[in-house]
Amino acid sequence: MTRTVLCASALVLLALACEREDRDFHSDPAAATPKPNIVMSSLQPGPVAVIPKTEAPYDDNAWMTAEGMRLYHQMNCSGCHFEGGGGIGPPLMDDEWIYGSDPANIYATIAEGRPGGMPPWGTRMTPQQIWTVVSYVRSLSGLTPRGARPGRSDHMSGNLAPQNRTPEKPKPTFTPPASWRP
Amino acid sequence: MPAFATGDDGQWVRPARDYASTRYSAMAEITPQNVSQLKVAFTFATGVLRGHEEAPIVANNTMYIVTPFPNILYALDLTQPGAPLKWTFKPQPDAAAQGVACCDVVNRGVAYADGRIVMNTLDAQTIAVDATSGKQLWRTRVGDINTGESVTMAPLIVKDKVLVGNSGGEFGVRGWLTALDLATGRIVWRAYATGPDSLVKIGPRFKPFYDVNKGKDLGVTSFPPEKWKTGGGTMWGWISYDPDLNIVYAGTGNPGPWDPDSRPGRNLWTSGIFARDADSGDALWFYQWNPHDMHDYDGINEQLLLDLPIGGRTRKVLVRPERNGYLYVLDRTTGEVLSADPFGFINSSKGVDLRTGELILNPDKAPVLGKVVRDICPAAPGAKDWQPSSYSPRTGLLYLPHQNLCMDFESVEANYIMGTPYVGANVKMFAGPGGNRGFFTAWDIVGRKVAWQVKEDFPVWSGALATAGDVVFYGTLDGWFKAVDAHTGALLWKFRTGSGIISQPITYRGPDGKQYVAVVDGVGGWAGAIVAGSLDARDSLAALGMANAMRDLPQKVAKGGTVYVFALP
Repeated sequence: MTRTVLCASALVLLALACEREDRDFHSDPAAATPKPNIVMSSLQPGPVAVIPKTEAPYDDNAWMTAEGMRLYHQMNCSGCHFEGGGGIGPPLMDDEWIYGSDPANIYATIAEGRPGGMPPWGTRMTPQQIWTVVSYVRSLSGLTPRGARPGRSDHMSGNLAPQNRTPEKPKPTFTPPASWRP
Repeated sequence: MPAFATGDDGQWVRPARDYASTRYSAMAEITPQNVSQLKVAFTFATGVLRGHEEAPIVANNTMYIVTPFPNILYALDLTQPGAPLKWTFKPQPDAAAQGVACCDVVNRGVAYADGRIVMNTLDAQTIAVDATSGKQLWRTRVGDINTGESVTMAPLIVKDKVLVGNSGGEFGVRGWLTALDLATGRIVWRAYATGPDSLVKIGPRFKPFYDVNKGKDLGVTSFPPEKWKTGGGTMWGWISYDPDLNIVYAGTGNPGPWDPDSRPGRNLWTSGIFARDADSGDALWFYQWNPHDMHDYDGINEQLLLDLPIGGRTRKVLVRPERNGYLYVLDRTTGEVLSADPFGFINSSKGVDLRTGELILNPDKAPVLGKVVRDICPAAPGAKDWQPSSYSPRTGLLYLPHQNLCMDFESVEANYIMGTPYVGANVKMFAGPGGNRGFFTAWDIVGRKVAWQVKEDFPVWSGALATAGDVVFYGTLDGWFKAVDAHTGALLWKFRTGSGIISQPITYRGPDGKQYVAVVDGVGGWAGAIVAGSLDARDSLAALGMANAMRDLPQKVAKGGTVYVFALP
């Protein structure tokens, strides 16, 4: 019995250990950060092509995500979006993504700005900096690995720490099975 | 009431109705006895789903409605059944302006004079439109969204000039009041709220009542070096005009940023009120409601110009229900504070010293950088925000729509990046003592006390309308348009509109001679931003902490935007 419990505990610990962040100590220089493949709609003209998704380079990197959080506050992103609940700008912690939830979409939204009042930051921040903000923004709705998301803030908390948030399912979530396609 | 505020031609040509800003109609057809018979005469959907704070304007049997961004102007023909659309004017403001509108993309209304409608757009343009044809007469850019400026206030037309002020107190802009030539749109003068005397239009005629406001370039020296350039003091609220004294009265907004530790000093001329020469803009006197404001208590609420018996004689007074929770009565010729009494729950200050005019602060509720100060009352929107009150000379009561909110406040260092928010505070708001978040209060101005009070669950974010029929109207965030007895506050009638109400109800005489009452619904504004902006209240700091206090509003109302007009059968 004791042995079973020990084994089970070991397995649980092992599973938890897998949740740890995966920090890359040799992150790419700014110039080598990925160029995103940007798609804004799930509706495609003609046969559905598989467009390779751009991975956010720092999603599993707690230090870079924290760097994104620092920039998010220093660049006054928080002045409009607050801790993800929104205000002048839309919320960033829910399942609604007006301009797409993929890392590439979020990158483009920050870099290009959006017509309804989002200023373009591409001329003010390096691609690397923007990617850190992308990962922090994604952490607000639990889209990045839990172990890399920021924990409790030192400031007056408005919210559960990103680490303790239940991941949202960005809408739309439907992807048709390949067999449906002609 | 002063003579210039009396007389009622049945029109409603500016949001405050008269220059004294009484919002009182001498029409008396609708009474406590018959108000329950009110029926919808017609409705009109504006097609815009953000917060509608505007007042409908009625002139020459036409109703003019301006929407929140994109600031569409509609003219409805009141002489025809159903008030069909006469024309539409689309000013096409820059959509990017929505990114510098702190508290929803509202517009507080237009003004009518000399066959023109004058309107402001969110992207800081003032436009005159021919009231008959809907054709643009002139258009002037008065501000720049890239500095964080926008315009949400209703312009006031005084003689041959249009007065306009800017918004952007949460963006480190410098506040101003500007006058444009009504005929051409040319900017005639501009008076800033911070900076050297020349920019504030302070000269030899400036005679503030209190010595603390006397000195050279106080708009520079009462800030740390250069901080006056991002010092706030915007003028996004109400202007009143006394034609006998030829003075315009306009308040100034909060100093920027909210974090007070970054701007030691009195931060003149923010969070106060100027009396200015209506022609030249020269400052005549100034009084500061909140020296070195620490709680976002903008000083831009409405001021009612009344002639009241105070201390045994009739005095020309200025009545101001102020955001810091005091109902001020000032001598409007000199700027002397005659009385200041709390109309809501206050712990951020302990009173106003009537000898010096100074607000007595409570040091326990003063924000400190890096520290969370709990339970400050009133919260940032004050005991009462922009939503204008109304005065009935028949009852001597001031009808106050207001809120009952407190807050936790943490000052943090703000980073100034032009065109982005410059606040430096984390705020969380909640209901004040009693648990109800709003009140509709009748205040006895001469008696200096509450006459009666209606508790409302939500902040009352609509304007008030008093009538000679002794019926008073207001709307609620959860969509009820209510009529109450002017003497007792007893609920006489209510009507559920489609969305929530944050606009300014008005009344007018139709071409058929009947009295009509109009109100616009469309929830939003700071209080309703959680619905208008689809915010997520799991973040209690959202919308500068307002979302936390309003987290149940999305379960009560949805977005909307419709004009409702009522009449007796």
